[in-house]
Amino acid sequence: MEHAIRAEGLVRRFGDTTALAGVDLAVPTGTVFGLLGPNGAGKTTAVRVLSTLLRADEGHATVGGFDVVRDAHRVRQLIGLTGQYASVDETLTGFENLLLIGRLLGLGRADAKARARQLLADFHLSDAADRAAKTYSGGMRRRLDLAASLVGRPQVLFLDEPTTGLDPRSRNELWDIVRNLVSDGVTVLLTTQYLEEADQLASEIAVVDHGRVIAQGTPEELKTRTGGQTLAVRPADADDLPTVVAIAAEVAGATPEVVQTTVTVPVNAPGVLPAVVRRLEAAEIPVAELALRGASLDEVFLSLTGHRAETDAPAGADLEGSVA
Amino acid sequence: MTATTVTAPLTPARRLGPTAGLRHTLTLAWRSLVQIKHNPMELLDLSIQPVMFVLLFTYVFGGAISGSPGDYLTFALPGIIVQNAFFATMTTGFGLNNDLTKGVFDRLRALPIARWAPLAGRILADTVKQAWSVSLLVGVGMILGFRLENGLLGLLGAFALLLAFSLAASWISVLVGVLVNEPEKVQIFGFMVIFPLTFTSNAFVPTETMPGWLQSWVEVNPVTILADALRGLLVGGPVAAPVVQSLLWAGVLAAIFAPLAVRGLRRRV
Repeated sequence: MEHAIRAEGLVRRFGDTTALAGVDLAVPTGTVFGLLGPNGAGKTTAVRVLSTLLRADEGHATVGGFDVVRDAHRVRQLIGLTGQYASVDETLTGFENLLLIGRLLGLGRADAKARARQLLADFHLSDAADRAAKTYSGGMRRRLDLAASLVGRPQVLFLDEPTTGLDPRSRNELWDIVRNLVSDGVTVLLTTQYLEEADQLASEIAVVDHGRVIAQGTPEELKTRTGGQTLAVRPADADDLPTVVAIAAEVAGATPEVVQTTVTVPVNAPGVLPAVVRRLEAAEIPVAELALRGASLDEVFLSLTGHRAETDAPAGADLEGSVA
Repeated sequence: MTATTVTAPLTPARRLGPTAGLRHTLTLAWRSLVQIKHNPMELLDLSIQPVMFVLLFTYVFGGAISGSPGDYLTFALPGIIVQNAFFATMTTGFGLNNDLTKGVFDRLRALPIARWAPLAGRILADTVKQAWSVSLLVGVGMILGFRLENGLLGLLGAFALLLAFSLAASWISVLVGVLVNEPEKVQIFGFMVIFPLTFTSNAFVPTETMPGWLQSWVEVNPVTILADALRGLLVGGPVAAPVVQSLLWAGVLAAIFAPLAVRGLRRRV
């Protein structure tokens, strides 16, 4: 199967609010697909439709080739779901949670226990296996959540904001787990508000805003699509900043920005870098850092949506929370 | 990492086998019961509260109402059992609301299990808890001198009637659990509705002692009718009429609240 997930024209309204305003998606089998957008963009609604939890008002979708409405039972046998809205039972231990799911999936008692132990070991939770999940730290909770969605060895995994609220170390651990899964052939649909996360994990990204996909492509394509590159110069001596700004402005033909002691300016023309090097040398300015880099996804998001990804979510955008 | 090998079925089954839903229900009932192990407070709730009620009512009110604690126990124990059963039905709504708000319900719904199993599993577990409370109440009552005049058959009949009624009444609890946005509100509902409902009955005091306007309500109150049925079954007196009326009440409650609760649940998720 070429595409593990396909969606065409998904529309979903909640009262007067349109959470999905016609979403098309095609996720190639065995890849990580990132759904990137701010709070309230419709990411969670999309995941809930694709994981059979919610029916779309219009459009249709298939997962593993099966229609998510007509063949929902088959889809449920193929998927795993982890996210804000698919949680473990806090009053049960980690072991009992995994045992419960194994038994519900039809594993025999012994098999379900073995599977639970194995997953707990794989996710470094063996020591906490017999403690109630409510005593777990945030990172442990997410690992247990993820383990719970892997009991049935899913072919397609939905990860709804898997690292929101995690510290960097737990986040990196979770990223490693996701990479391992993909190397084993699992297809992952990941929603995230973090541009870095999509950049790190996803081979393809759809940027969603107000229930629509406003851009789609590989992280590299998205970066180039929103134009050019950025020249960054950091003089060794902060006193040289005004001179550096002047040189950057002249060579790039645009107004540079200064953040702390780094001067950045968007550039389009080739040959900018050697020109800057020559000018800095001529002015005898020692340089601590000199780089030409692609636009960050943050800049991509800003140029696509006209607002920043995290700080500028529209008011009342907590739609996904209010309908859950 | 071995845990992540892809072995999900390539040709998944189109639908569930006939007994699968029952198996899911039993597994989910296990889940609700094993929670008690980690939350001993719940066991205290199920055990100490009923026992405390029996002791308090018998020894504090007994003399004043019936002349002696022993006579009062014979009158009031069936009433206490009914009151306890009503409160116990709230557990269902509380647990369901907890699952809904915490996301456990969605996790379960995304699994290839029978759609009705999460609710049925919960209700089954709560019926087991209910049976535990009733046994405890009868047991403590007997220690204090309560006599089963109709023997084992009467006791089993009382058990069956009470569980059937609770099953029907728990739909009210399910509806509340589906409608409110936090579990604590289910408890508040329980106090605000079940307290007056159970006290405006003949569960604890004879109807004749109340003002006339209240008596007309007390006589049709399902708590009165169910308490009378249990009295008939446990200590003697008329059985047929109150049992039939209790079952009618159960049928009416289920007919009204089950569809509302199911519709509410469909809307909510």
